[in-house]
Amino acid sequence: MERPLLLDVADLQTRFHTPEGTVYAVNGISYRLHEGETLAMVGESGCGKSVSMMSILGLIPIPPGEIVSGTARYRDRDLLRMSEEELEQVRGKEIAMIFQDPMTSLNPVLTVGKQITEMLQKHMGMKPAEAADRAVQLLEWVGIPDARRRLADYPHQFSGGMRQRVMIAMQLACTPSILIADEPTTALDVTIQAQIMDLVIRLREEVGMAMIWITHNLGVVAGLAERVMVMYAGFIVEEANVDDLFQDPRHPYTIALLAALPRVDRRRDRRLKSIPGAPPSLLVKPRGCPFAPRCEFVIARCQSEMPPLELIAPRHKIACWVDVLRGGSR
Amino acid sequence: MSDTTEALSAIPQFAADELEAPPLSLRQLAWRRFRRHKMALFGAVMLALLFVYCFGGALWVSEDYANYTDTKARLQAPSVSHPFGTDTVGRDILARTIYGGQISLIIGLTAMLVELVIGVLIGALSGYYGGWLDSILMRFTEAVFVIPQLFLLIVMAKFFGGKVPNLTLLGRTFSGSVVVVILIIGATSWVYLARIVRAEFISLKEREFILAARAIGTPARQIIFGHILPNSIAPIIVSATLSVAAAILSESYISFLGMGVQAPTATWGNMLEGAMNYIEEAPWFWIFPGTLIVLTVLSINFLGDGLRDALDPRSRVV
Amino acid sequence: MGRYVARRLLQAVPLLFIISVILFVLMQSIGDPLATMSGRRPTRSADRERLKRQLGLDQPVLMQYVYWLVGNDWTSIDLDGDGVRETRGERKGVLRGDLGRSLKKRQPVLDLIGERLPNTLLLMGTYEMVVLVGAVALGIYSAVRQYSIFDHAVTGVSFVLYSMPIFFIALLSMYLLAVKPKQWGLPYFPTVGMFEPEAGKTVPQVIWHMVLPVLSLSLISLAGYSRYMRSSMLEVLSQDYIRTAKSKGLERRYVLFAHALKNASLPIVTLIGLDLPTLLGGAIVTERIFGWPGMGRLFFDSVSDADTPVVMAILMMVSVAVVVFQILTDVIYAWLDPRIRYE
Repeated sequence: MERPLLLDVADLQTRFHTPEGTVYAVNGISYRLHEGETLAMVGESGCGKSVSMMSILGLIPIPPGEIVSGTARYRDRDLLRMSEEELEQVRGKEIAMIFQDPMTSLNPVLTVGKQITEMLQKHMGMKPAEAADRAVQLLEWVGIPDARRRLADYPHQFSGGMRQRVMIAMQLACTPSILIADEPTTALDVTIQAQIMDLVIRLREEVGMAMIWITHNLGVVAGLAERVMVMYAGFIVEEANVDDLFQDPRHPYTIALLAALPRVDRRRDRRLKSIPGAPPSLLVKPRGCPFAPRCEFVIARCQSEMPPLELIAPRHKIACWVDVLRGGSR
Repeated sequence: MSDTTEALSAIPQFAADELEAPPLSLRQLAWRRFRRHKMALFGAVMLALLFVYCFGGALWVSEDYANYTDTKARLQAPSVSHPFGTDTVGRDILARTIYGGQISLIIGLTAMLVELVIGVLIGALSGYYGGWLDSILMRFTEAVFVIPQLFLLIVMAKFFGGKVPNLTLLGRTFSGSVVVVILIIGATSWVYLARIVRAEFISLKEREFILAARAIGTPARQIIFGHILPNSIAPIIVSATLSVAAAILSESYISFLGMGVQAPTATWGNMLEGAMNYIEEAPWFWIFPGTLIVLTVLSINFLGDGLRDALDPRSRVV
Repeated sequence: MGRYVARRLLQAVPLLFIISVILFVLMQSIGDPLATMSGRRPTRSADRERLKRQLGLDQPVLMQYVYWLVGNDWTSIDLDGDGVRETRGERKGVLRGDLGRSLKKRQPVLDLIGERLPNTLLLMGTYEMVVLVGAVALGIYSAVRQYSIFDHAVTGVSFVLYSMPIFFIALLSMYLLAVKPKQWGLPYFPTVGMFEPEAGKTVPQVIWHMVLPVLSLSLISLAGYSRYMRSSMLEVLSQDYIRTAKSKGLERRYVLFAHALKNASLPIVTLIGLDLPTLLGGAIVTERIFGWPGMGRLFFDSVSDADTPVVMAILMMVSVAVVVFQILTDVIYAWLDPRIRYE
């Protein structure tokens, strides 16, 4: 039941040239997103998740950023080779993005109404009055009471959760076919987090869009995504269907992440395991596997050669030299 | 839910200073940032050269020569005997830029000290004690702030002008006006500094280590000067450095207007007095001292900018 | 908001009172006004005494201040020095709009200021416009093209200009744009006054004469303001909400002007609010160099002549303007930034 392919990213590499040296942020990642599919991208802060997403939308400041190589085919057009004007037609209209911190992601000096309607006017060619009516519908749709009156309010007059709802209404205004959610619940209270997740899941069904959900929290992925990509130091190290990943993780990093995750089905007295060591500096061009220094399965080859992302089972890929089930090299 | 986050030690993205290993001491970091700032280094070198020029030059040329008037040699163009030419009464401009530079630099530095004393004192008392003392001092600060500095300088220059006798120091006679200029520049430029210090004190005085010091009965004077002041030293140093440049400019303004340092003592500022009348006949008359002022102020500004980056990275201008 | 403004105005009263006291005390010894008075120069000491009494200079400082503030028409003055107050005072005091008479020119101060203020406003208004337009354009352009050759060049030139005393810029511009072209037989800018006496005070004449003073004034401020605008713009451009605006597919220019500029101009508003009122005082150095008959020259000449009523009037005028503009700036700031609310 393969659905039509929507987004095909291949060998994406993004670097930043800073005064301290080159930061290797994204090191040749490839993935595919099909229509209506939800993909989760999991990894620690600074592992290149957000950068890889912003790269394909042209939201990386260049310089200091540089997209070294790669293609990002969206409906047969390469996003990385589009002109700024062409990209503007895709951003917000075809591919929308919601961000982590609703406090800082909305413009403080413009009314909420203005920030929604400007999009409708640009992409849908609506007249101001028409756009305002549509904005009221959108706000009601995401659960903001008294929507018409609130159009004239400024972002600071909303609570954090409400602000994120505004952000969602805004980015879904043009019914995009892909929504990229960059840790949209991280900055919110726990109870609000659940509400926002539920809202996004409901809207996903209603709009029928595909989604990429970026998070550092493997826990939220389970009830949300169909497939999961695990990122480490700018590489995708494991990619699998969500059930396979939780039940049969094959990359040592994924295994360590899951061991660090509290689970209700586990015995209370088992301690959570933390991963020893710290993530590597992205300032050094990686030679071997970047996880090798922290890995308990490490073998000699890991130090010198980066393993490619390879299929090891149906729809299950890992980038590792080691077979964690048997021990030793694959 | 957040346990995963705890287990994963987060590294900040692209905050390159922190990514470097091994960790550097604060001083090493400051020095690195300062050196990276090539303009600051240029400023420091330039400033050293200017000091050598003004104070080393005095070993070759005597002050008597700098003040020697020769009315037969008025407004002579640069030549071998007078490399920078002569002024309206036939004095050698090269010699005068050397001695004038000394006074200008000294005024810049000492006026900064006066400013520092007033500004730190008012800011510290205001910020530390708060209450009615703060209200009074801040009203006063605001009053000084409201009157544009040059206007106040002119009025004060006129007020104190001629009231300080000439003084002799190290066998040299200085016009009393030098002291006047130092005092009035110091007395009119402390407002900004006082506000910085006050803000620092207000934020620092509630911090745990100050509360702890207070709890064990440390006297207020020691808390102010021994505990809080050293912790707010970075913005003070930056502001003080830039103040030297501002003071040199202020001196040049009032001396240019003829209300600052009086003859025979030369400064770069008063060498330019009346220059607009000789703009055509004798450009050397104003080009040399003017250029020296610009070079000095520029170097100090570069230096201050570098220091700001090095010591006070929060206020770094992108 | 209304209550906030009222409270601020109320607070301004003691502040202005303090300022006037400080200044009045300073005025007491900036020189002997009688010594520099022209016209009917009083030679005999009896005349001098009489004049002193007439001007109220025989009174203690406190009394002089009271007369200055509220006038002396409610009391009598002792004009002939016999110890009996027989003549009714004529002064109304600044609180009733009487700024006194110039000691030197024997004219009401208000008339003198009225004569000079338009010239100053013309010069300074033009200068402020040039600076604002130039700084916003330069600041935005170098922020958008950060680290380009253009940006580096502007940064370098700004640093140099910012370190220049204005008289040096004035002298240089005179030399390069008036003296040299004249020597080479090219058209050149005039360096003195507002117009050629033979041509009369016509609009083209005044504009022509304004070029060099406005240029000298503008360059330094332009350097400072454009740097400020640039860093403010850079800071705003790195904010999350700008990334959001871009992610919405809005045009570059639209993001820049509709989303970034309003935020970036907030700190500039404060700067302008501080700058505008001081323009009333004129440009002391520039007006002196270019012989521009404005407030700056009036102030400087009056200080030199110890013409205290004029000096006092100009300083108080500027002070009041600064205080009023501070309040005005707060109001405008609140209007631009919806997050700010004054209780």
